[in-house]
Amino acid sequence: MEITVGGLKKEYREGLSVAELIRLEKVETPEYVTVALNDEFVEGGDTETRSLKEGDSVEFLYFMGGGRG
Amino acid sequence: MAEAPVTFSPAELERYSRNIILREIGAKGQKRLKAGKVLIVGAGGLGSPAALYLAAAGVGVLGIADGDSVDLSNLQRQVIHATSGVGTPKALSAREAIRALNPEVEVRAFEGRLAASNILEALEGYDFVLDGTDNFAAKFLINDACVIASKPFSHAGIIRWQGQLMTYVPGRGPCYRCVFRQPPPPEAVPTCREAGVIGALAGVIGCLQALEAVKYLTGAGELLTGSLLTYDALKSDFRKVRLPRRPSCPACGEERTILAPEDYGIPACGIAPPGA
Ligand SMILES: [Zn+2]
Repeated sequence: MEITVGGLKKEYREGLSVAELIRLEKVETPEYVTVALNDEFVEGGDTETRSLKEGDSVEFLYFMGGGRG
Repeated sequence: MAEAPVTFSPAELERYSRNIILREIGAKGQKRLKAGKVLIVGAGGLGSPAALYLAAAGVGVLGIADGDSVDLSNLQRQVIHATSGVGTPKALSAREAIRALNPEVEVRAFEGRLAASNILEALEGYDFVLDGTDNFAAKFLINDACVIASKPFSHAGIIRWQGQLMTYVPGRGPCYRCVFRQPPPPEAVPTCREAGVIGALAGVIGCLQALEAVKYLTGAGELLTGSLLTYDALKSDFRKVRLPRRPSCPACGEERTILAPEDYGIPACGIAPPGA
């Protein structure tokens, strides 16, 4: 199936879970990354059970500090 | 926004002529800028360019809140401060630079630290808040206080060659806590001191925050509400990521549990605020 990850179209097997995608995409510090799937946030506890389907769009959102110091 | 009776001297009309000629601003927008009050929290990498451009643009009142003093290692990116200002409080150093650039601007320097105990008072009277802080404790504090006080604000973060920003406007999209539920533990994410940050990146992101303030005050264009703009300087890549709201958000959700600002003792990119 084709899904969009961080704006890039990618081919992954049907039924892939969000947690598996996090591992395959080698997301750094995954426990602190926010996952947006289409128009909602995926709660941390739901990534194993949430499976992806054709056309889904996934964004990984990272903490970024910085500015003043 | 209150439309104060604002007038311009011939010198001001000349100073702001390139703003006024813009269809989206005009004399009306310039009056709104002059009547506008923006609080900049942190006169650092982000706050420096933001403060300079907002002062240059003719924003009437600029609040500058920073509890630190200028350090030599700040000057690589904190362009509002000069070498001669090393050791002086950043809020005062910034005020001096703004006065030199545009004496029409009223600068309110706040040399203390914003904390749960004083932030709501500090926000009073401002139309827009710009988060130029370097730590998650402050970022969550600003978010929660702005949500509670119904103040729009621009959030931004930078590290290495990457930056991102979003704008919160009450009732128009997610807050920072919708996206990031709680501050990460101290060692979880690298700090700018450990990881580094390129100075011009702070300039890019700080200028984008200034643009959000200008657009908010004048009503020009579209704000970064409901979206996160990310910038990768190495790839020269800008991306605008759509952000949903989190209905269960403890700050802005239906059943909100954060009813007063809280202090967190967690550093992110730089030094933990003493006493936080
Ligand atoms: Zn929220």
